[in-house]
Amino acid sequence: MDSVSSTTEAARAPHTEPAPEPGSAPGGPPGRDRAAAGETAVSEEGAPARDLAAALPVPDRPVPDRLDLSAATGSETALRGFLHGLPGVDKVGAEARVARLGTRSIKTTAKSRALELAIRMIDLTTLEGADTAGKVRSLAAKARRPDPSDPSCPAVAAVCVYPDLVEVAKRELRGSGVKVASVATAFPSGRSPLEVKLAETRFAVAAGADEIDMVIDRGAFLAGRYGAVFEQIAAVKAACGGAHLKVILETGELVTYDNVRRASWLAMLAGADFIKTSTGKVSPAATLPVSLVMLEAVRDFRAAGGRMVGMKPAGGIRTAKDAIKYLVVVNETCGPDWLDPDWFRFGASSLLNDLLMQRQKQAAGYYSGPDYVTVD
Amino acid sequence: MSDKARGKTAPAAKQAAARKSASKQSAAKQSAAKRTAAKQSAAKPPAEKIAAEHDTRPATVSAQEARRAETSAAVAETPPSTSPPEEDGTPPRPRLAVRKTYKLYLGGAFPRSESGRSYEVTSAQGAFLANAALASRKDARDAVKAARSAFGGWSGATAYNRGQILYRIAEMLEGRRDQFAAEIAAVEGVTQASALAQAEAAIDRWVWYAGWADKISQVRGTVNPVAGPYWNVSSPEPTGVVAVFAPERPSLFGLVSVLAPVIVSGNTAVVAAPGAAALPAITLAEVLATSDLPGGVVNILTGRIAELAPPLAAHLDVNALDLAGVEDPGLAAELERAAAQNLKRVRRPEPEPDWTADPGLDRIVSFLETKTVWHPVGV
Repeated sequence: MDSVSSTTEAARAPHTEPAPEPGSAPGGPPGRDRAAAGETAVSEEGAPARDLAAALPVPDRPVPDRLDLSAATGSETALRGFLHGLPGVDKVGAEARVARLGTRSIKTTAKSRALELAIRMIDLTTLEGADTAGKVRSLAAKARRPDPSDPSCPAVAAVCVYPDLVEVAKRELRGSGVKVASVATAFPSGRSPLEVKLAETRFAVAAGADEIDMVIDRGAFLAGRYGAVFEQIAAVKAACGGAHLKVILETGELVTYDNVRRASWLAMLAGADFIKTSTGKVSPAATLPVSLVMLEAVRDFRAAGGRMVGMKPAGGIRTAKDAIKYLVVVNETCGPDWLDPDWFRFGASSLLNDLLMQRQKQAAGYYSGPDYVTVD
Repeated sequence: MSDKARGKTAPAAKQAAARKSASKQSAAKQSAAKRTAAKQSAAKPPAEKIAAEHDTRPATVSAQEARRAETSAAVAETPPSTSPPEEDGTPPRPRLAVRKTYKLYLGGAFPRSESGRSYEVTSAQGAFLANAALASRKDARDAVKAARSAFGGWSGATAYNRGQILYRIAEMLEGRRDQFAAEIAAVEGVTQASALAQAEAAIDRWVWYAGWADKISQVRGTVNPVAGPYWNVSSPEPTGVVAVFAPERPSLFGLVSVLAPVIVSGNTAVVAAPGAAALPAITLAEVLATSDLPGGVVNILTGRIAELAPPLAAHLDVNALDLAGVEDPGLAAELERAAAQNLKRVRRPEPEPDWTADPGLDRIVSFLETKTVWHPVGV
């Protein structure tokens, strides 16, 4: 597998500058890259990240607009060279940054707007072995009208189900504007032959899914077979047709932030429309530092001349407070372009009830309780 | 009772220590309490000596032990600047006072107030005693959340099990009787004897309520005669999360008199202990935290009733209010109005409460719902 096959041609991102500078080429000395990244992460504190990064005189940092994306996917060797040439993640810096952003105080009208936005960003999810058509119908009803007592409450972004229930969800959500997402490719483990994964994807798309949430082959990724992972994503993307492809990295199994950064770039290079943290079946699921690393990747990918890719943390986000922290991190990392349900989603189910209770509290002035939202 | 309690204390303390170390509560207070418990059980005289030294506790402990007990009482008006002379006549060593920080008790942990505020608790004579956490509206919200999540487990536990845990709390209270007496004497300005009498009355009241855990449903439940082929039974059930406003006087006895009847039937409680009553209330929380009572069943907020009561009265996830400690009739009426929003059960403050009178079942019954089941028979 030394050339990434022709099926990936369409997925290749355009590039702006054909010739990378020798010193900044991916695959440069990792030690220097890491030092440069650490320096940047520290100086990013509390300032608009992009401006500061542009102003910094760090010649060795692979400044995004000097990356050559098309060369990266030319062969397995080039792909490995590219991914391992990405600067290492400053773990302490990333964690300190999200901790600091988490202390932002979002109150009154800003809070109301954040709650409203977070509701519109939710992928209301049910992915249990015990799912029934009835449960999907009730979930769809909740997706259309999250707060039945308040017509001004917006609908959620999507409902996320297993492929066999896509048809039910699609029927229930007709005309509502709420999209139907389906997990596919042997969710959650991803341990099936490619043909099976592609067949599952085609089945879900044929049943009407607007979005496909696929899982990457973590085994292949951790074994360093990046080309295999790349080809699978590209093949699934081709099978999706018009449906959006979300690629689940399952960051809980990738272990390190460096791996998360590599997997994010790999998925984006292979044609992902969204990168998603987790299946929700593995602990830890979405965390703020991991999301920060992925958001930086998304930001840098666009800056390097790639497409705009969305990001979706999933699993473990249960309170409105957590959701607002994520929105702050999105705004501070990627900017307001991503503060839109088309580019940022929450994969969650219990989060919605907490958002609704907070919303009721904002309106009424007193605390609400779980008796005043639906049981799910 | 005292004999039995002593016989049980050593293994029980070890058990409690093991349980504590497995749990993740890491407040320094806890470990201090644990150490004290371990010391006490280690310093316990052998069984044959117990009978002889039954009621002469101070005499059986060493001078150092006595000093530690004095410090842990934490409410001495002036910190001891020197330790008493040693037995061999060496001169006293200077010693810094180790003061206790009185924090909140939420969900089984001892956090500071979310607001970061505190207030000074002074003795009846105006001397500084301690800093207590001044709870805020958000602490109240957190407390309700903790109480709600504990409700399923506590109300679902068998009545027998709840009774056993309440007895266990009484055993722990007994062990801290002198500490409570010292705190009551300091905050209320009463004599040591009267404070000790109040502490003992509080323990007795707790034991009295503990006994009702597995008896209240026999007394309040009925089999109803109905004209139809049904077996018709009514049984009492806990109402849910109860916000309790404890009286400031008598500090410990008043708190126990309003708290025990709420939790004995399976309710969970958010207790607001006003002003100086915070001291015995938080010491009670230390007892609760080491007595098998699941975290969140009792949550204690300290501070101002006028600040904590309105958000609790309006909170839709609170099912009942006990206004015992609300002294302002205007505020009480306002709270009752707010409580009407979701039909909370409200127990009004009594104008001239006599805490020492036989309490009867009134306070337990105030926070019960009656469930009636019609079960078809003979068809």
